[in-house]
Amino acid sequence: MNTTRLIIVAVGGQGNLLASRVIGEAALLSDIPVRMSEIHGMAQRGGVVESSIVFGDAQSTVISDGEADVLLGFEPSETLRALNKCNLNTVVITNLAKLPSFTVTTGKSVYPNLDELQELIRKKTAKLIAFDAASMAIQAGNVLSVNMVLLGALIQTHTVPLSTENIKESIMKRTRKDFVESNLKAFELGFSAAKGLG
Amino acid sequence: MHKLLTEHSGLKMLLLGNEAIARGAVEAGVAVATTYPGTPSSEISTNFFQISRESNLYFEYSTNEKVALEVAAATANSGVRSMCVMKHVGMNVAADVFMTLAYIGVKGGLVIVTADDPYMFSSQNEQDNRYYGKFSGLPVVEPSSVQEAKDMVAYAFDISEKLQQPVIFRTTTRINHSTADVVFGEIKAPETSGDISKDPFNQVPVPAVARNLHAKLLSKLETAEKMSENSEYNFIMGDGVWGIICNGVSYNYVSDAAKDLNIEHRIKIFRIGFSHPMPRAMIKRFLKECEKVLVVEEGEPFMEETVKMLAQEEKLTLPILGKSQKYFSRLYEFDPALVRQSMATCFDVAYTPAKALDLSDILEIPDRPPNLCAGCSHRATFYAVKKASEGMDTICPTDIGCYTLGFLPPLAMGDFLICMGASAGVSCGFSIKTNKKVISFIGDSTFFHSGIPGLINAVYNNHNFTMVILDNGTTAMTGHQPHPGVDMKKLNIDGYGMVSIEDIVRAVGVSHVTVIRPYRVKKSIHAVKEALNFKGVSVVISKEMCTLYARSLKKARGKPFFVSAKCKGHKDCINELACPAFFIEDNRVNIDPVMCSGCSVCAQICPEHAILPIRDT
Repeated sequence: MNTTRLIIVAVGGQGNLLASRVIGEAALLSDIPVRMSEIHGMAQRGGVVESSIVFGDAQSTVISDGEADVLLGFEPSETLRALNKCNLNTVVITNLAKLPSFTVTTGKSVYPNLDELQELIRKKTAKLIAFDAASMAIQAGNVLSVNMVLLGALIQTHTVPLSTENIKESIMKRTRKDFVESNLKAFELGFSAAKGLG
Repeated sequence: MHKLLTEHSGLKMLLLGNEAIARGAVEAGVAVATTYPGTPSSEISTNFFQISRESNLYFEYSTNEKVALEVAAATANSGVRSMCVMKHVGMNVAADVFMTLAYIGVKGGLVIVTADDPYMFSSQNEQDNRYYGKFSGLPVVEPSSVQEAKDMVAYAFDISEKLQQPVIFRTTTRINHSTADVVFGEIKAPETSGDISKDPFNQVPVPAVARNLHAKLLSKLETAEKMSENSEYNFIMGDGVWGIICNGVSYNYVSDAAKDLNIEHRIKIFRIGFSHPMPRAMIKRFLKECEKVLVVEEGEPFMEETVKMLAQEEKLTLPILGKSQKYFSRLYEFDPALVRQSMATCFDVAYTPAKALDLSDILEIPDRPPNLCAGCSHRATFYAVKKASEGMDTICPTDIGCYTLGFLPPLAMGDFLICMGASAGVSCGFSIKTNKKVISFIGDSTFFHSGIPGLINAVYNNHNFTMVILDNGTTAMTGHQPHPGVDMKKLNIDGYGMVSIEDIVRAVGVSHVTVIRPYRVKKSIHAVKEALNFKGVSVVISKEMCTLYARSLKKARGKPFFVSAKCKGHKDCINELACPAFFIEDNRVNIDPVMCSGCSVCAQICPEHAILPIRDT
């Protein structure tokens, strides 16, 4: 089977690792070979978390620069930073809700303009799907479900070999019981949002 | 029940590499596990700790890697299967035990896990611990996948028991922190009761005994080489004449590249999973069947040099390529594209790498450096020391832990760092040969690990410096593991003792000892000043629980603060503390009430007293 390479970037605390686990579990449910690796050195101390997920016939668990088929960014400036992982054919999905780093919030550096940021990504890659996932998470009833909103958008694009059913089953299995309902709602909202975009 | 204790053989479960290693140990019937935590190995021990609370596994967080290996050496010599887990640099701490334990050997299996960290994602060096195998004369095995990370543990225990020698289980970060589906095997019931039969002429290596033991070690090494020749983990794939010798994760990159370059039919891959001793006869046969060989291994040219030596023994002249011809670097970790490119160049295969995006016009992206958490007690301590030492010409050796981040501006407290516990020893040295005031920083767990001997040295040799012990009540950096200074009863865990840092410091003869609560800013600055002015060794113990840990234990926190209208925009809070709870909006300083832990340090330093606690409405 063909190989699909997915990179997820996020800021520590955004639930990237849980999203990766849900994806991995869904792949397992659908008998799709999957291997992942994660780098989260000092995530709890405000750093960047990066997951690489490789579907299909490959043994590597890391993704080289320029070789991601899909880039899923939980924070717009981090999506931009990870653009070195993309090529002309990469599909990019990003949250537009900003989590400015400390250097920005204290006036030591400037956050990139969101319109310019999207323009740049759109120009350099195959497709950009960008929306405010944070407000949808709130709409779903759990501000922490940004990861599930973005998961919904990812599945809608058909860029990874996973079905909606398997992801939902995985969400039910892998996420905390009292959050399953809001997580599923968040997933649906992200799924619908991605439909009209890109 | 802990998921890694599931009896169901044949079950497929998604596991982290470190979980797979722990499961492998459970399946192998491990009875004892010891460790000092260190990334990327830490999750192995986290799982052992949990498993030990619901099974007959004995597990301990030892004070350091040397002690951890001593404990495991004894339990293995009492006949039970034992595992000792550490990060790569932990092996340096354990090396004294390790090098002579190789002479004495074991009775029950002993597997020593060393987790190497190419690229230094969370380490101070990227040493290649396969050399410890060569150095000591002990076997080394290395998995390439998460499944092998599980399977090879039982294998390592088996060879350990056959050879009656410890076995090194070497991983790299990309094994420890990769996730894949793993098929479970059967769990072997552990043999938990042990005993040692006295055998001093084999177990007390005075010179006369050691001379015999060294000979015995070399003879065991010969047996180990035969095992390596027949190991299922040293295997050859393909029938081409382009040879590739690889290990660990490099094997994955080679396999993928062979497919991508469409040269599977032209190459022959020799995957080495039992990498010390190397299967010399097998390699010689392999070389004779190849026209050209590329050695693909992260780190040092460990295999490359042996392969070249073996070719010389056989008078073979085929090209053996690798790091010496710059196909690969000794620096950092590999990735699939890098290996693909080198294979294409080496074997002269047409290959056009994917065109990299032109990112020359990319917008400037603000950095996101790791930072001490909002309300971190270390920030408060560093601030107090900075203020107390204003106007002094200082040098601040620091140590390993979250507080290492204090070296970043604006706190800029941390000028020199080597390894765990070294702050104490180097402070002795700086105090002899510089005129600077020496102020050293060490965390609580690091103090227990290896800071105490340096402090004793300072007292005995009458050095002159101030040691600041940042006691946040946990081993924070690696995920809040306990240490000897932690009151385990507060975690509702019985059966542990507790050691007081203050008692140790006083007992070794430090005459100026102060305990501060760093959130009390003025008092702390005053106490640190007194300590700095003391001639001789002074110690300041700064006690305040790690704010992240307190949050996870649901400990009551202070009310969050806000910036009132009194603020005149001095920004001392931001410029001197750099607490991440601050942000500027419409040119005014604000505090994120969700991030704020209520430590009140900023409120105490605000020249306008403009920062106030949020009152209940």
